Amino acid sequence: MVGDKDMNNTYEFPIYPDDFVSAGEASSAVRKMLKDMGIKPDIIKKVAISMYEAEINAVIHGNGGYAVAQITDDYIIVSIKDGGPGIEDIDLAMKAGYTTASDSVREMGFGAGMGLPNIKRYADKMTIRTKIGVGTEIIIENSLK
Amino acid sequence: MDNKKFLNRIDGKVLSCNEQFLNENKLKGVYSCDLLSLVMSKNIKDYVWITVHTNINIVAVATFCEISCIIIPEDIKIEEITLNRAITNDITIISSKLNSYEIITAYNELLNIGD
Repeated sequence: MVGDKDMNNTYEFPIYPDDFVSAGEASSAVRKMLKDMGIKPDIIKKVAISMYEAEINAVIHGNGGYAVAQITDDYIIVSIKDGGPGIEDIDLAMKAGYTTASDSVREMGFGAGMGLPNIKRYADKMTIRTKIGVGTEIIIENSLK
Repeated sequence: MDNKKFLNRIDGKVLSCNEQFLNENKLKGVYSCDLLSLVMSKNIKDYVWITVHTNINIVAVATFCEISCIIIPEDIKIEEITLNRAITNDITIISSKLNSYEIITAYNELLNIGD
């Protein structure tokens, strides 16, 4: 399985820049863990898609980074931290349809300006921490009950 | 909807297959879209998803949305890496010579005659 587990039920996964082949491995691994825990499918979908969108953002915009998932019986907290340029205007980035993705990314079906809105749609709580020139961290919290 | 009848109707070639697919009759509808995030914003569990994209990411989208199968229209060639990932993830990918409109029409026709 991808991901190293520490003593606090926390799993860490690397995210590689511009690597669309391994993109999604972290969210797939977390999805499998939740399935094994017997979590309801609609909750698993929320967690997997919100995490996947954040992973893809880190691949496309963030120069890679890492994902950390903390899983308990009651909740999951996912943090996706990248080393990208940071988000200048969060309100604008949250607006459906707004994107800074390149043509090549759009040709793959991403970059429609729906990544962050989708994360918000599927997260019980989403927090964005960003610093220009340093990077962005998206924290996604979901109840597992 | 009888999956095998639908497959025959669209002259579909099965390129990777979830073993249950051919024996199931639980297709709920058809959805055609090429914006992956838009696809993921929908509730399309057990749907047929038609897309012209053939890159590896369609497998993750199909997995997370629990769609029944991906149909690649118009005999568009599918990347080997995508098929390998689909096989690993147990995702059914079907290729058809029909275009998206014709596939949706075929589905509707079968639906209307009660198949």
